[in-house]
Amino acid sequence: MLVDALTLQLGYNATLVAVGAALLGISAGVTGTFLFLRKRALVADAISHATLPGVGLAFIVMVALGGDGRNLVGLMLGSAASAWIGLLCVQAIVRRTRLAEDSAIGAVLSVFFGFGIVLLTVIQTMSSGRQAGLDGLLLGSTAGMLRQDAIVIAVGGALTLALVMLLRRPMTLVAFDAEYARSIGVEPARVDMMTMGLVLAVTVVGLKIVGLILIVALLIIPPVTARFWTERSERVVAYAAVIGGVSGFVGAAISASAPALPTGPIIVLTCFTLFVASLFLAPRRGVLAAYLHHRQFQQRVHVRQGLLALAQQQPVYEPLTIRLLARDGLARRDGVPTDAGRARAARALRDEHRWQIVQTLPEYEAVSGLYDGLRDIETVLTADQIAQIDGIIGGPREMPA
Amino acid sequence: MTHLELATDDGHTLRQSTVETSPLAIRGLTVSYGEKPAVFSVDATFRDGSMTAIIGPNGAGKSTLLKAALGVIRPLSGTVTVYGKPLAGQRQRIAYVPQRASVDWDFPTRVVDVVLMGLYRQLGLLGRAGATHRAKALACLERVGMADFANRQIGQLSGGQQQRVFLARALAQDADLYLLDEPFAGVDAATEKAIIDVLKTLKAEGKTVVAVHHDLATVAEYFDRVFLINVRKVAEGPVGEAFNAENLQKAYGGRLAMAQIENLQLTAG
Repeated sequence: MLVDALTLQLGYNATLVAVGAALLGISAGVTGTFLFLRKRALVADAISHATLPGVGLAFIVMVALGGDGRNLVGLMLGSAASAWIGLLCVQAIVRRTRLAEDSAIGAVLSVFFGFGIVLLTVIQTMSSGRQAGLDGLLLGSTAGMLRQDAIVIAVGGALTLALVMLLRRPMTLVAFDAEYARSIGVEPARVDMMTMGLVLAVTVVGLKIVGLILIVALLIIPPVTARFWTERSERVVAYAAVIGGVSGFVGAAISASAPALPTGPIIVLTCFTLFVASLFLAPRRGVLAAYLHHRQFQQRVHVRQGLLALAQQQPVYEPLTIRLLARDGLARRDGVPTDAGRARAARALRDEHRWQIVQTLPEYEAVSGLYDGLRDIETVLTADQIAQIDGIIGGPREMPA
Repeated sequence: MTHLELATDDGHTLRQSTVETSPLAIRGLTVSYGEKPAVFSVDATFRDGSMTAIIGPNGAGKSTLLKAALGVIRPLSGTVTVYGKPLAGQRQRIAYVPQRASVDWDFPTRVVDVVLMGLYRQLGLLGRAGATHRAKALACLERVGMADFANRQIGQLSGGQQQRVFLARALAQDADLYLLDEPFAGVDAATEKAIIDVLKTLKAEGKTVVAVHHDLATVAEYFDRVFLINVRKVAEGPVGEAFNAENLQKAYGGRLAMAQIENLQLTAG
């Protein structure tokens, strides 16, 4: 069943949803990256919750005009308008009062959401039965997705993606150094507004599939996950697109493979799974790598300290140091160095003297930053350079007999 | 408004410095955080081709003056002209080096990418950084002695190296006026030398350098002019004249003991 879903064999509606969710995931991941880099992830939460009153009001207006209250384009326009007002409220609060942005976000988020819920309740009593599907916009509901809905989502997602790619350089510039951006005439406030506009667009596009409560997850989890795997912002963007797209597609397929599996939450859980995997498994930034790296580092420090102590004929007290030296065949269990240990110890001490010289020479500046007391000097300097340094020291020092 | 003064202090230039010709002329500038002015009614006329240190005690408004001159923060009143024209149309002639602590160095980017940000205006919104831009960025890194670090992640740099990367980004702008905010704060000796060498080269090329500076001991060695400020302007002029005990006392008040001033071996005053 799941294989069928993943290979788009589960019928027309499931295919529409899966493709739509993948597109949404890509544009949400890419847009969210710039929010994440600008450290303003929470604003997305205010924006998404502020869509709800717009949904309710748009429904009421469309019904009052004699139309179909569930028309997706109408609901999207209404939600975009109220989200924009919510965003302006956050900014006005931050600018005009002494409240910080987090308080402003909390206030706007809860008040707008509360108002939206009131409107939905009113609609329910007003025209019973016809509101079916409106509460689906809270957590996404793809069961009754129409072809035209899918087209709206696809076009909206693609347009947003194109705009983000167009604006990626000013957004990166402002995210890294807003002050400098301003000095060269790039107004951070204006760039931020464009970023927020794009986030708003993604939110509105995502209403039908993941819903307004969970869209923030699809904006933020992909870039955070991507960040584990790279140190370059343009790659964070690309990886976030892949992670968002895969989450959307796989999540939609899983939810289609069994009855009563909600699409939005499954997409978010799929995304979260990728996050957890990255959190543990990513090289360098991952938890596991960090732990292993730390242990390895600790062992190198202990061995080096032990060797330097042996070279200077000081006793080694720490049990871990002795154990590590013994493991490497450098010392006996009682701390007495072996021949190999003696030789390594002498080398360590000699390198220590060489490093001291390196650090005083300006021409080795790029190298001396690498000094950590652990590295073999042969790994960073050529034999000629070492010979030059030894010349300054006055020949390699031997360990006293 | 015109401020005629013959510049004989640096030996070879003999130029009139007026608002019209000054790379950076500030008139009646007041900047206030809340209702406490950080900079109050300051006039300043920086000389073309000079190297000026802005000095003053902590909280004297040194950085604020610089940021307001750049339009990074909005002044309450006052005008700023750059080479005789309003700032807005002259941005391509100014390069700014902010304090390095002002950014998050864990940002996912490489050294060369930071320097490429200096070419942003040149590239425009749609332009892509090509081989020539990359070569230019590398040349700028070379000037600050950081070419070997081009592909490093910025988080791996020491403080002094970060500062030099910021300077390289400013160099990439090919500006005429360089404004630096405490370029020597907390940097190693190698960096200090690399930076001052670059700044002196810029001056030799006829560029104008203005730096917020905190180390009084090196003012005379590094700069040819000083601007003393403590919220209000205290003095402005050639190091040989304005950098004297009386002005320092005025700017720093009790915070700078007479003994310290004497240690500076001032040429005048």
